[in-house]
Amino acid sequence: MILRRPVLYLTLITAALFIYLPLRTNDVSLREDLILIAISIILASNLNLMIGYTGYVNFGHIVFYGLGGYVGLYLTTVRHWNLYTAALAAGIAVSIFALVLGLGILRLRGAYFALATIGILQAVQSFVANFDPFGRSTGMYLSFENYAPLGGAMSALWKTYYLLIGVMALSMILSLGVKISKFGLGLFAIREDEDAAVVLGVNTTTAKAIVYSLSAFLPAIAGTLMFYKNGMIDPSIAFEFIASLEGIVMLMLGGKGTVVGAALGGGMYEKLRSYLLTSPRLSNFHLVIAGGLLLLVILFAPGGLIGWLYSLVPRSRKVIE
Amino acid sequence: MGGILASMLDGLLVGAVYGLAAMGLSLIWGVMDVINLTHGSMIALGMFFLYLMYSVIHTNVYVLLIPIIIGGMVLGVIVYWMAVHWVVGRSQLMSLLSTFAVNMMVIGIGTAIWSTSPYNVDFSLPGITVGPYTFTGNHIAAAIAAVVIALGLELFLYRTRFGKAIRAVSDNRDAAELMGISSTGVLTLAFAIGIALAIASGALVSTLFPFTILSGAVYQLKSFVVTVLAGLGKPLGALIAGLLLGLLEGVVTPFIAVSWVPLIEFGLFVVVLIFFPRGIFVRANA
Amino acid sequence: MSVLLEAKGVTKRFGGLLAVSDVSFTLNEGEILGLIGPNGAGKTTLFNIINGVYGNDGGTFTFAGKDITNWPPNKLVHAGLARTFQVVKPLNEMTVLDNATVGACFGKDYESLNAARQTALKVLEQVHMAEKANVLAKHLTIAFKKRLEVARALAAKPKLLLLDEVLAGLNPTEVAKMLELIRAVRDSGVSIIMIEHLMHAVMNVSDRVMVLNFGIKIAEGKPDEVVQDPAVIEAYLGSADIADKLRES
Repeated sequence: MILRRPVLYLTLITAALFIYLPLRTNDVSLREDLILIAISIILASNLNLMIGYTGYVNFGHIVFYGLGGYVGLYLTTVRHWNLYTAALAAGIAVSIFALVLGLGILRLRGAYFALATIGILQAVQSFVANFDPFGRSTGMYLSFENYAPLGGAMSALWKTYYLLIGVMALSMILSLGVKISKFGLGLFAIREDEDAAVVLGVNTTTAKAIVYSLSAFLPAIAGTLMFYKNGMIDPSIAFEFIASLEGIVMLMLGGKGTVVGAALGGGMYEKLRSYLLTSPRLSNFHLVIAGGLLLLVILFAPGGLIGWLYSLVPRSRKVIE
Repeated sequence: MGGILASMLDGLLVGAVYGLAAMGLSLIWGVMDVINLTHGSMIALGMFFLYLMYSVIHTNVYVLLIPIIIGGMVLGVIVYWMAVHWVVGRSQLMSLLSTFAVNMMVIGIGTAIWSTSPYNVDFSLPGITVGPYTFTGNHIAAAIAAVVIALGLELFLYRTRFGKAIRAVSDNRDAAELMGISSTGVLTLAFAIGIALAIASGALVSTLFPFTILSGAVYQLKSFVVTVLAGLGKPLGALIAGLLLGLLEGVVTPFIAVSWVPLIEFGLFVVVLIFFPRGIFVRANA
Repeated sequence: MSVLLEAKGVTKRFGGLLAVSDVSFTLNEGEILGLIGPNGAGKTTLFNIINGVYGNDGGTFTFAGKDITNWPPNKLVHAGLARTFQVVKPLNEMTVLDNATVGACFGKDYESLNAARQTALKVLEQVHMAEKANVLAKHLTIAFKKRLEVARALAAKPKLLLLDEVLAGLNPTEVAKMLELIRAVRDSGVSIIMIEHLMHAVMNVSDRVMVLNFGIKIAEGKPDEVVQDPAVIEAYLGSADIADKLRES
């Protein structure tokens, strides 16, 4: 089963490289580069569960990441939990929230669901901006003493890095696991023809709610870790709509419905984005280029890079999934 | 009590503009089953079109609506051939994503040109004062303009050949083609009108409130709420539903902070979609 | 013969339109019941009601002794009811094998992935499509898509199979092959209700036939008898000559 899949080993090797390289060279800027790529891969891989496997576009995916950050930071700064339990708790809390929400809005089909997800992002953002325990529009800040349990700020930065790489590997493994499972088969049926899936016996509402919830778990944990590392969170940076859009672009670019596609898209787009943001002339056009890329992919290569690879080399389907 | 009444009346006025904004969305959705996610950015562009024209030609802004609507139609044709024509008939999700991509591009270009600073159209008509309450002239004029345009659209759809063609294609595209109607031409026209309506409504909004390139998103949400309330492809229904929404806002805003309004509207959107899938003017199980 | 499915007074309205009106019938175990009638008679609507896709506005269904009125589709599949669609609904980007596996995974026995794959392979052999197992469904011809539709439903191990115009669009050779398959399915213990317009086929293969017109059942009985029923001739067949020809063939 999963042990026979090459992509599993590809994932483990990549994760190992991500950990080994900056550690060996003690190169902090490399670590910072890789951490951004890791976050992109986490977001794209989990989004893939909804868009790629189930065929439901989630425009507000970033909400799980932001909420996870908020719950996690609340638990560590206000309740003084340690980071590890706070992160796990954030993951569980946000996925339960997603499950309950999902059971409600996943009664809406395809496009209507997609529209609802935009609203959810805005709704959660407004709510958090007015919510006292989360610091309203100011947000929350960490002071140096918050990093003491992890051995100080420097050490904390490395530890959160390892944890994030772990989350990245888990995201890809989860993606792979769902793909080859019976649950995944049901999701594909929903994607291909939801009416047929219903009549074939798939409990579509439950399946959709579960995958929605599942797609929230790891991003929420990643949110806790990342905002902890950055030392602060506020409504505008936690729920950046642009980040949601970019998740979609990454996934479509790399190839939705594939584990490798999500990772590839995440990595490539992140490199593109950091180049754009640092180039003085192009930084304003970052959104235009992202949109343009998405449009080109939709019009000419809806399967993304990996989809294009599949059409060139059909046998690659079995190996690169 | 009088305060709430005044707020409701004002809400009705602004609601007419919401209705106009929604009509464009509803028309495109009803005719070609495309959910136009450029809608918000087009509304924002409408705001800037008026701003730009007004800074060059200092005349009555409502007169400027005419060239703006024409410009909107041209823009609509461009967007249609860029992103929509190729995905009509493919899954709804593909058109969602392609229009979404165009939206990103427009917002990106807009931000590059105008940044996210607030802008203002400095034109006001004298208002009408009733007792202690004043209804700004701009609100009244915007409502009138919205109703006029809506009636124009209704006339167009039901009294002209082009309008008939649009209704035929939205009813049954294959049958319409068999009747000799070039569905591509009709779809282009319908889409262009839809965008022009969004642009016009944006222009009107710019006379009411200060705006930025990102302001379109709020009106896009309102448009979606109005569209699902009214049911797809019914322009006058959209106008009425827009008035209702404006009325609702008028009732609610004296009591709740403005930042909660999008949340309430979103909740309304979801509730209507689940319980009234064809709009509130039609019974759900019909 | 025991009764497998019993419908009593089934009614369905769409706004002002009475699509199905007070329809009652029985289906016996191991039989093929043909369901015929002019277009718009309510045949597919009846299927949609039996299948749980539409709710019932009146009447009851009993299946293998259980009251299944208003059960949702996925519950019905687990109880042993499967159907095909008039306009085929293949899972396009999935292989033929995966399509059939879905049927087995979520069907009556709710099998695990590996067991379901085995079932799927067996079913594909049963319908003579085993060599196409790795072809993507979208690449099939219409005849094979129809067969896949049947295979997918069979993979769910149903006791009752609803076939909706499974012969439409097939050439005579393909029709003959499909009829062979339908008989083989019945012989393996699955009861069948089939909607058909191909009179010759329906008469040949059905044990009994039921006729709907404007949502009302106007006849039910052996093919020979139904074909001579004046109400049926007037509503659907057209003339007594046609009826005679059908009886002879």
